[in-house]
Amino acid sequence: MPDKPKLAFYWCAACGGCEESVVDLAEDILFVVDNVDIIFWPVGLDFKRKDVEKYADGEIVVSLINGAIRSSEQQEMVKLLRRKSKVVIAYGACAQYGGIPGLANEFEKEEILKWVYEDSPSTHNEENVRPQLNYKVNGSEVYLPELWNVVRPLDKVIDVDYYIPGCPPSSKLLKEAVLVLLSGKLPPKGTVLAPDVALCDECSRKDTKPTDLAFKEFLRPNLSIIDPEKCILSQGFICMGPATRSGCGALCVEGNMPCTGCYGATSRVKDQGAKILSSIASNIEGKSEKEIDSTLNGIPDPVGTFYRYSLAGSILRKKVSI
Amino acid sequence: MSGTNGKIKIGFYICHCGTNIAGTVDVQKVVDYAATLPNVVVSKHYKYMCSDPGQEMIQKDIKDNDLNRVVVAACSPFLHERTFRNATSQAGLNQFYFQMVNTREQNAWVHLDPEASTDKAMDLVRSAINRVAFHKPLEKKTVPIKPDVLVVGGGIAGIHASLTLANAGKKVFLVERDPTIGGHMAMFDKTFPTLDCAACILTPKMSAVKNHPNITMWTYSEVVSVDGYVGNFQVKVKRKPRYIIDDMCVGCLDCIEACVYKEPRFYNEFDQGLSKRKPVYMPFPQATPQLVVIDPETCIWFKTGKCKQTCVESCERKAVDLNQEATFKEIEVGTIIVATGFQSFDARKVYYYGYGTYPNVYTALEVERLINASGPTSGEVVLRDGSRPKSIAIVHCVGSRDKNTNLWCSRVCCLYSLKLAHLLKEHTHADIYNFYIDIRTPGKMMDEFYTRMAEEGVKFIRGRVADIYPDSTDEEHRRLVVKAEDTLIREIIKVPVDMVVLSTGLVPRDDAQDVRRMLNISCSTEGFFIERHPKLAPVNTFTDGIFLAGCCQGPKDIPDTVAQAGAAAAEALALIDLGYIELEPNTAFIVEEECSGCKSCVPLCPYTAISYDEEKKKASINEALCKGCGTCVASCPSGSIKQNMFEDEEIYSEIDGILNYQMEEALCC
Repeated sequence: MPDKPKLAFYWCAACGGCEESVVDLAEDILFVVDNVDIIFWPVGLDFKRKDVEKYADGEIVVSLINGAIRSSEQQEMVKLLRRKSKVVIAYGACAQYGGIPGLANEFEKEEILKWVYEDSPSTHNEENVRPQLNYKVNGSEVYLPELWNVVRPLDKVIDVDYYIPGCPPSSKLLKEAVLVLLSGKLPPKGTVLAPDVALCDECSRKDTKPTDLAFKEFLRPNLSIIDPEKCILSQGFICMGPATRSGCGALCVEGNMPCTGCYGATSRVKDQGAKILSSIASNIEGKSEKEIDSTLNGIPDPVGTFYRYSLAGSILRKKVSI
Repeated sequence: MSGTNGKIKIGFYICHCGTNIAGTVDVQKVVDYAATLPNVVVSKHYKYMCSDPGQEMIQKDIKDNDLNRVVVAACSPFLHERTFRNATSQAGLNQFYFQMVNTREQNAWVHLDPEASTDKAMDLVRSAINRVAFHKPLEKKTVPIKPDVLVVGGGIAGIHASLTLANAGKKVFLVERDPTIGGHMAMFDKTFPTLDCAACILTPKMSAVKNHPNITMWTYSEVVSVDGYVGNFQVKVKRKPRYIIDDMCVGCLDCIEACVYKEPRFYNEFDQGLSKRKPVYMPFPQATPQLVVIDPETCIWFKTGKCKQTCVESCERKAVDLNQEATFKEIEVGTIIVATGFQSFDARKVYYYGYGTYPNVYTALEVERLINASGPTSGEVVLRDGSRPKSIAIVHCVGSRDKNTNLWCSRVCCLYSLKLAHLLKEHTHADIYNFYIDIRTPGKMMDEFYTRMAEEGVKFIRGRVADIYPDSTDEEHRRLVVKAEDTLIREIIKVPVDMVVLSTGLVPRDDAQDVRRMLNISCSTEGFFIERHPKLAPVNTFTDGIFLAGCCQGPKDIPDTVAQAGAAAAEALALIDLGYIELEPNTAFIVEEECSGCKSCVPLCPYTAISYDEEKKKASINEALCKGCGTCVASCPSGSIKQNMFEDEEIYSEIDGILNYQMEEALCC
């Protein structure tokens, strides 16, 4: 089938959820397979790196890459795919902003390694052995990828043409993206293939949101019951909806959980965390420092709350030890 | 209007400002550099860009080179932004296609190293050139000015400003904290250098204020809040309870006579405590308005709840109302004149002069009352023990020109000391010694006054007084010794005197900072309110529509105070008669298709300019109410509110220009 456009999927620092979202296309995947030739998909099909290498530069029409970049292997692979592909799409929150793996930027690399290989309660490693980059055994040498100091979104490593947001992206977005690509009517480079209005726009609870939030205290969904009818933010639970792109159909809210912000900011916002923080902090009822502090005590992990998916791609980017 | 389509063409100009800028910044280097920047087609320097030839150069270049953006690096935009905007618009370009770079106040004036200063100038210029490319054509909007004026403070400054405005047909609200207007001047006997009677000048003006149909005079009242902006201030005034019904009281003083306290026994503020008053009192016979006041701090009814209330009974007109409560008045004015005055330096702070310890040490203000014909002794200058002083020392610069207290010269003390010397001599025939650091008598007829005093036999000793202590040779322990170095003969001298007068300086009011915050104006480090510019805008403040008059701006004498009050009134009149003010078009707007209707912005607007449209389910901003504070812009979680003149690309391009380096991937690998 030489005429079908070639499509590659690849994953980097990710959980596998993005792969799931491809499978979630269900019967629509048949439509995809009818129209494109999947030539690389480590999770689903047995292709190797050399299979990619054999293609001419630009021969692959689209590579959908999910996951953040933290290792030398990931960097090598995405650079290879970039070279071989006409269009690269950062697929999902990790590729777009660093995602959950990006929260590792709250710690130094050494802190992470020490915890994982030495200090964590489940570790039994009396000699404090750490993985080595290369190791000679039986006369041959084996290599491990190197872990970089920082987690980066895909576009900090290679040129990215489009973004499909979400953790994971909804299959609807993926299907629409494939249709757009097949249509040949490509949007401007850099476009995020999702609506550019915040989530409140499509939220079923929008009408229950009061005009004056006047936060007195903040609650956490693991400790308090969420009223299933009312605007979640108005109940004091941090909902990232006002600062997050729509396009998911307010899935979390439909499941009676607050939006955690996985679709990222709208095109007009440089830093999703800073924006929602600015908005929420402005709406705290107390005016004295003491009242404000006591209200803010309800948010024990501000970075994990406001930058859950966007830390690595944000202005904050990473912890810097001075 | 050109510039909206096609290629961006920027004209760049840097001003030498004589040597103000060019003395530090290498203007040629900046010009050469600017010429290399994107979109710059003209890059020039000139000695005085603000002059006619400078402005004409810009206008000619706009026409000849089809410029559609202009950047001028010169002084503060505060000074000449308007000048260059006008020049730009007169050449047919929208004035908001102009951007100013402050390379004088924020650069040349504050740096010594020419090379670093030139580098900084280039950074600032690059930033503005980056930014101006994103500028959009905007139109200023105008709003009408409310014609009424608020005058805060009823001393001679506030009185003169009020009368000037009222005579011009403007409605004035004059708010005075004390029970009477008149201020410090009402306490004085005579004024320098003419020695004419203070009361003869002041009291007719006081009654003119009271009787003027255009003046609403609220004494015993305080401004408690000021909102809004030039042309449209909303002011709340608290009218403290006098416990006297204004309209009923005719000032017959029967209630004072009837008070259960048969004798006056409380500190009389107006006489600086040299006399006593009752809880019900009138500050002084010519008080305006002629209304008594009951002081709840000393009135036995308010202190114990028990009193025969003889004052209430005595009033035939039923004007005494012990249940009166504070009332609040809300007014709308277009302009405000601040004339809150000064207070005298607390002489106790210079402890070695013994004020408060030795009864024969007086402050100048106390002596003003002693000399005054309507004062506590009816003009008889006698000491606290009733004796008449035969020798008097006047100590200059108490709380002035002294690094232990205040650095500034209070400007009026030398002259009022000379006046007091004359009056004391006239009243007592005593020997008068003036201890001075320098005699400072600038101004019309002032030095002549000094010469006259010297001729009258007042003695002048050039030396700061070091110590004042009781004369041990005086068996009655009344006489004091004034010790100082006479710096002209280089000898320590000790002068025994019966009376010491401390010429205390003028200091800001204790609550000047509160007033400053309420009005959103600025204070100098000393605490006096700062004028916008000492020469270009001497009675303006940094807040448009608020003007300064009198000693709240700094120590000054009565002629200067009155002149300044007139100037403040004229500035207010200029605004009022123009009828409208132009507002910067820096308003915010919501991009409707981008708004998610999250309502986060609605409660944040301090001007309630944002509402939520239930039908469209979007927020919307009423441009007429928006003051461009930017709160909603910063807080909109989806970035769907923009602000004219401060759009993201304008700000980011400006920052990029200042920083001028590409973010290195320094953290990777």
